[in-house]
Amino acid sequence: MSEFFAMGGYGFYVWGSYGVAALCICMEIFSLTSKKLKL
Amino acid sequence: MIPWFSLLAGMLALAGLYVAFFVAPTDHQQGEAYRIIFLHVPTAWMSMFLYVVMAGWAGIGLALNTRLSGMMASAIAPTGAMFTFLALWSGALWGRPTWGAYWVWDARLTSELVLLFLYLGFIALKSAIPDPVRADRAGAILALVGVVNVPIIYFSVQWWNTLHQGASVSLTRAPSMAATMLLGMLLMALAAWMYSIATALARVRSIILERERDAEWVRLQRAAT
Repeated sequence: MSEFFAMGGYGFYVWGSYGVAALCICMEIFSLTSKKLKL
Repeated sequence: MIPWFSLLAGMLALAGLYVAFFVAPTDHQQGEAYRIIFLHVPTAWMSMFLYVVMAGWAGIGLALNTRLSGMMASAIAPTGAMFTFLALWSGALWGRPTWGAYWVWDARLTSELVLLFLYLGFIALKSAIPDPVRADRAGAILALVGVVNVPIIYFSVQWWNTLHQGASVSLTRAPSMAATMLLGMLLMALAAWMYSIATALARVRSIILERERDAEWVRLQRAAT
């Protein structure tokens, strides 16, 4: 398990990419759904 | 339609991530770092594709004076900008372990950065003009002028001899990578596509309701909920 998250020493780069992507997508979905509720 | 596209996007992304992390083999040169490819390539593809679609809608609006076209262009821009940013971000985090630098002024990286500024400029220009008709027209001209950048990004790796590698996947010849890697990338690209449709539709919906808030049907709709 920890081996999987280490990504052969490249964990920072791999999870840094995917983490920020997940964050951006969550932020966009949140902004869209909250805008919808306001109307 | 929005929930369907969202559901499709979610399922394709899950399948794509599964292939990306559990099925695709480790690269013998780059080790595990190459797994960024499953994020980097689909986001880069979408960043260019969405710009062309956005400019297309903007052009239709300019030529035919249709109101919805300008709204569609506005609805696509933020998602396109997000994918452009993610392509640059994942590229930087991929460049550090493989090239030794987060950023170089390579032709492809620079033209992709210009694409991000075009998206941001388009959004800023539109929001700076209060009259929606004039905003649509001005935005459309910016989008159409900027579309020249897309082929520059695409062919930059052939025109200039810089650091970024050439395309590994093309329509005309066999891809130069393992089939499972290609599968993961295509799944992620399809997921990004479905996601973009869902967000664009959701956003255009709220733009329509906002712009037509004084129209009879919007008022009736609001009274009913």
